[in-house]
Amino acid sequence: MRSSSRFFLLVGFLLLLFGLTWLDGRRLNSRAGEARNRTGDLVRNLELTDLALFTEARYTRHPSQADLHSAFQDHPMALEHFPSGSLMAPPSSLER
Amino acid sequence: MNRFFRRQRYLVDHTLSSLRRHPGRNLALLIVYTLLIFLLASVLLFAGSLKREAALLLRNSPEIILQRQVAGRHSLIPAAYLQSIGRLRGVRKKQGRLWGYFYDPVVRANYTIMVPARDRPAPGSVVIGAGLARERRLGRGEYFTLRSAAGKVFSFQVRDILNPESELVSSDLVLVAEEDFRAFFAIGPEWYTDISLQVANPREVVKVAEKLTELLPDTRPILREEILRTYDAVFSWRQSVVLVLLVGSVLAFLIFAWDRAAGLSGEEKQEIGILKAVGWETGDILRMKFLEGGIVSLVAFLAGYLLAYLHVFYSPVMLFAPVLKGWAILYPAFRPVPALDGLQVATLFFFTVFPYTLATIIPIWRVAIMDPDMVMR
Amino acid sequence: MIELHQVNRIFNQGRPNEFQGLYDIDLDIPRGTITCLQGPSGSGKTTLLSLVGCLARPTSGRITLDGDLLSDLPERFLAQVRRSTFGFVFQRFNLIRGLTVLENILLPAYPLAPEYRALRTRGQELLARFRLEDRERLAVEHLSGGEAQRVAICRALINDPEVLIADEPTANLDSTLSRELMAIVRQLKEEGRTLVMASHDPIVCKDAAIDHLVTMRDGRIISRGGPHGRP
Repeated sequence: MRSSSRFFLLVGFLLLLFGLTWLDGRRLNSRAGEARNRTGDLVRNLELTDLALFTEARYTRHPSQADLHSAFQDHPMALEHFPSGSLMAPPSSLER
Repeated sequence: MNRFFRRQRYLVDHTLSSLRRHPGRNLALLIVYTLLIFLLASVLLFAGSLKREAALLLRNSPEIILQRQVAGRHSLIPAAYLQSIGRLRGVRKKQGRLWGYFYDPVVRANYTIMVPARDRPAPGSVVIGAGLARERRLGRGEYFTLRSAAGKVFSFQVRDILNPESELVSSDLVLVAEEDFRAFFAIGPEWYTDISLQVANPREVVKVAEKLTELLPDTRPILREEILRTYDAVFSWRQSVVLVLLVGSVLAFLIFAWDRAAGLSGEEKQEIGILKAVGWETGDILRMKFLEGGIVSLVAFLAGYLLAYLHVFYSPVMLFAPVLKGWAILYPAFRPVPALDGLQVATLFFFTVFPYTLATIIPIWRVAIMDPDMVMR
Repeated sequence: MIELHQVNRIFNQGRPNEFQGLYDIDLDIPRGTITCLQGPSGSGKTTLLSLVGCLARPTSGRITLDGDLLSDLPERFLAQVRRSTFGFVFQRFNLIRGLTVLENILLPAYPLAPEYRALRTRGQELLARFRLEDRERLAVEHLSGGEAQRVAICRALINDPEVLIADEPTANLDSTLSRELMAIVRQLKEEGRTLVMASHDPIVCKDAAIDHLVTMRDGRIISRGGPHGRP
């Protein structure tokens, strides 16, 4: 088989898989729909305001509720966003 | 037209033969390139997924949270403020919220302790998040002990564990009865953590917020829109910190590619001379070199992206979860859902494939236009 | 067929290392003949060959092919003429290492983009003609001198050129292989092709098939005629 034929087959295959990821994305999303709705209900019922992703510090756990004196506030009117988790060690007060 | 395509296909044939002449080197290049794209795409896909999840879930958050500020800091809000708000126009419902943090030295993790608006647990019992249950190895009916700031030990029975599918928002939650919360944190009945408000008409939210600020000048209303914007910014930030590190690697890689192409060996120069001598035009030479870069980067991009997709959405192990986790002990177990953004993928393609292809073609420009009779010498 | 009129070639013009390779060359190369350029190294044979074969342009003078002016064609058209009319056999063969024999042979045809199967068959026929069929997939660096020379000739013939240009074709061959080469040269002449060669090998220059012997020295033609002193 010609080199270019083999190459086109390979690229064609990869492109097919690439296209499949889009279809798969849609599939995973529709599958997650129910769970997402239930979690949304939980958010509403518990009146939650933040994701429980960054539990290492208080100002990272509820960034949307953080006050002006939370670390790394760069503007008095800006809400919290934080570089600390990736770059800095947690404050020693947490390690008791 | 046919001839045009045939000619390009012959160029592809020759380019592939050329690449095969140095199989080790070109394979290494392909692997490194694929790895780079894999890392970049993984970050983009993961952060994109979280961003969307945040947007979809948190649109169920309360329309307004009213927070009291003392000396610029978040402070407890008097229950009396609920009366002051009274029957403010546009406010359908208002309620005091009780929530706070607790640091558990046993597992060195932070919990969020809160009193739910509805379905409150009976005193002495708690409902806990699935992540917490996992970390503390607690099951239904078991006991969960916490020590308050005053040194008193509180023991709660686990009534229920929240659904693991909701861990992204509930992993570290401890839902308690109001009496237990107040006793544990020594907060009297005249205080709440903050007040949540439901506004009937979304278009009136800003107006209501303004009125609240006038009415209660030491408070700060936090709107749902602001909550959503926070998370938008959060994932862009975290994403860019990691990306900045990766861009450094990409740049190093590009410099290497340029260097490799620029230091065109005598052998490669001679090959170009021979091709021109047998009738190839400058355009053919350039297109061949372009294909060299293009073929490697196209395959690397597709392979890297596909691996990233599998890595983020199907594999249980996230290679850079430690970076995105930070130092959190309690990290929610959740499977990200794809939030496929064509623009983002296109941008990734453009910023990786394009520079690499240019980096291989530009240095050889001068050689490609040289006279073929040099090869006779 | 090919006419050169008052052709000069100056290298690195205007720079400190300026050097004139050819002085006022007048030469006619009739169709279907074999012209041999002889002379010591540095006499300008290679330079003249490259001008005849459109690998370079003269600094001044005219080169025509069947009456059409070649010397000031843009590079693109020159390349087209080069690939459809001329075939080249270089002194050091100049095969591309790492590629197979067949891949090397087919290279000059790629820009013409003929249909693949037909091209491949033509390449294989050429290999068979020169007894190289079993070398088709071999990488060229594994070939012997004689085989490499024949592969170079196959490559030169792939586009069925009218004119074949060979620079010191026997330089890397022993006398047996050199005589074999001249047999091929005579065959090609019988097919009606025109050949222009540069050589200082007596096996080449004194061959009976040579129609015109052109002697060069220091960039000039100092004598012309048939071999064995025939005019």
